[in-house]
Amino acid sequence: MSDPIIKIENMNKWFGDFQVLKNIDLSVEKNKKIVVCGPSGSGKSTLIRCINRLEEHQEGTITVDGTELSENTKNIEAIRAEVGMVFQQFNLFPHLSILDNCTLAPIWVKKMPKAKAEELALDHLNRVQISDQAQKFPGQLSGGQQQRAAIARALCMEPKIMLFDEPTSALDPEMIKEVLDAMVNLAKAGMTMIVVTHEMGFAKEVADEVIFMDEGMIVEKAETKEFFANPKNDRTKLFLSQIL
Amino acid sequence: MRSISFNQIQSKNPLTNMYLGSFLLAISIFDVLIYAFFNTNILSFLPSKLSTFLPLVLGFIGLGIIRMEYSGIAILDKLNKNINTNNFNALLTLLIIFALIKATPPSLSWMIFDANISGDTKEACTGTGACWTYIKVWFKRFMYGMYPNDLHWRINSAFILVIALGFVGYFFKENMKKYLALYYVIIYPIIAFLIIYYLISGGSFGLVWVETGAWGGLSLTFIVSFFCLIFCFPLGMILALGRRSNLPAVRYISVGYIEFWRGVPLITVLFMSSVMFPMFLPEDFFMDKLVRVIIAITLFEAAYCAEVIRGGLQALPRGQYDAAKSLGMGYWKMHIFVILPQALKLVIPGIANTFLALVKDTPLIFVVGLAEIAGMLALAKTNPKWLGFAMEGYIFAAIIFWIICYAMSKYSYNLENKYKTER
Repeated sequence: MSDPIIKIENMNKWFGDFQVLKNIDLSVEKNKKIVVCGPSGSGKSTLIRCINRLEEHQEGTITVDGTELSENTKNIEAIRAEVGMVFQQFNLFPHLSILDNCTLAPIWVKKMPKAKAEELALDHLNRVQISDQAQKFPGQLSGGQQQRAAIARALCMEPKIMLFDEPTSALDPEMIKEVLDAMVNLAKAGMTMIVVTHEMGFAKEVADEVIFMDEGMIVEKAETKEFFANPKNDRTKLFLSQIL
Repeated sequence: MRSISFNQIQSKNPLTNMYLGSFLLAISIFDVLIYAFFNTNILSFLPSKLSTFLPLVLGFIGLGIIRMEYSGIAILDKLNKNINTNNFNALLTLLIIFALIKATPPSLSWMIFDANISGDTKEACTGTGACWTYIKVWFKRFMYGMYPNDLHWRINSAFILVIALGFVGYFFKENMKKYLALYYVIIYPIIAFLIIYYLISGGSFGLVWVETGAWGGLSLTFIVSFFCLIFCFPLGMILALGRRSNLPAVRYISVGYIEFWRGVPLITVLFMSSVMFPMFLPEDFFMDKLVRVIIAITLFEAAYCAEVIRGGLQALPRGQYDAAKSLGMGYWKMHIFVILPQALKLVIPGIANTFLALVKDTPLIFVVGLAEIAGMLALAKTNPKWLGFAMEGYIFAAIIFWIICYAMSKYSYNLENKYKTER
């Protein structure tokens, strides 16, 4: 057993008076793939947004790759540079071409020379099979292509961890597969991944562990096979019976 | 059976309707036209009350007849859709057409046929129309103010230099592009200031010193507008960011600044800059009146700019901030590369609006004794030798301002279109 790359202890978070996350304890080891599922409003997205501090937690500790998340902005920027994130709404930068979307952060955050950054970007765009779209703008691409470009953009920072926040929820059914394929390839290459998704097929195929959340709490956490074959909690059973 | 309504005549043959309606409309317009231009009433054989209103009635019936759902004739459909949708609109259309026709002959004869332009004195203006001689004689004053006549080349060459330097950005090589903003925000204003200072003010390099009190006319309008525009934009940007900052001190200072400057009238700001401000300065410290005025207008307009830019910042979805942050970008990198390029694109119409207002606010510097084009006009019309030509002067100034503002607004449309395709 190696040291966990992400360690969350006793974390609580409130939006105003409303407690969205309650007593979260979670540790993720390197190269593990975790799928987080649960009904909407259960705090799944908030949980992974806390991991790169797009949301601040009020109590408890979150440690990513040995650095604790705190008010220190330098720490936060360093952690964000090695934690990639893919969003439900893609969030590509509409004023930049796909290639520029991918090279922006490597050039300005990692101070990579432009030629090298472009080479790296084309390499990653190739991996998600849209290198032929590199010169186009996000608005000219389909949803599935945009989401794959967003994955490539995150990969260009060569992150140690990738967070996926419902990456397929805003896509047409026929585009979901191309995005999931890209994610499966990434998983097979050994990336540490935390994926919030409703795609149970994906969970069964790649996840090491599945976490079920409800009302801000981790209700059940189990090995993938165990989770689907033998759920322990009643709410998990109900949830699985509804979506499978 | 279909019911037939009077104002919605249906016909199997739209052409018949169109010819009949157009004929009636043509008669009505022809009558008004003849009456306006040749002062002959071709309907004078009718009782006077009837002959006055007959064109309106005929035109109204005519428009009523040609009004139809769809005729297949492009020009007719366009007419119906835009100016002839119902009885009320038809009436308004007719009244506007008649008013335009009525107004044309007198304004044409005043501006052109009865106007004078020859000669150099008031006595040359013998016609009943406009006296363009006045504009001709005063033209150099309207352009250059009280600047000495034989030194006008200095203003001209300074302007040509500044404009030429403004185009330098187009010739930047690809690897120099990142310095573009630096050039336009910092280097260009400094060079422009030095050019204007050394060429127009003079005082060194063998050039005679000309104090700013002598500057004036359109060239002063340009100088004031130019410096205010290029300074108020970056300042407004910083204020807009400051107002959205997480740091309370920065936020409150920005809010305080914006609310203060938006709350005072420009004219009092100008008064303060020229009357009150020097009292607070040490005695041996001298700041030129023109510089003070430019600073005052810049600070004032920056507050408006800030609010326009803030509108653009708020229109961006939160996901753009999230995405930039998740890639490890800090505050400045995020704003410079991701947020501002998109936000500024959104606010081009609003910024153009603010800038147009700024240019049209420049005549207010008259209150501190600087006479740009409208100010020179006010001086010229009180000259005892040239009393009574205010009308010509104001029309001249209006045309000049309209040309400047129309050019600016056209340019802003071009910018919008240039950046639109990317979204």
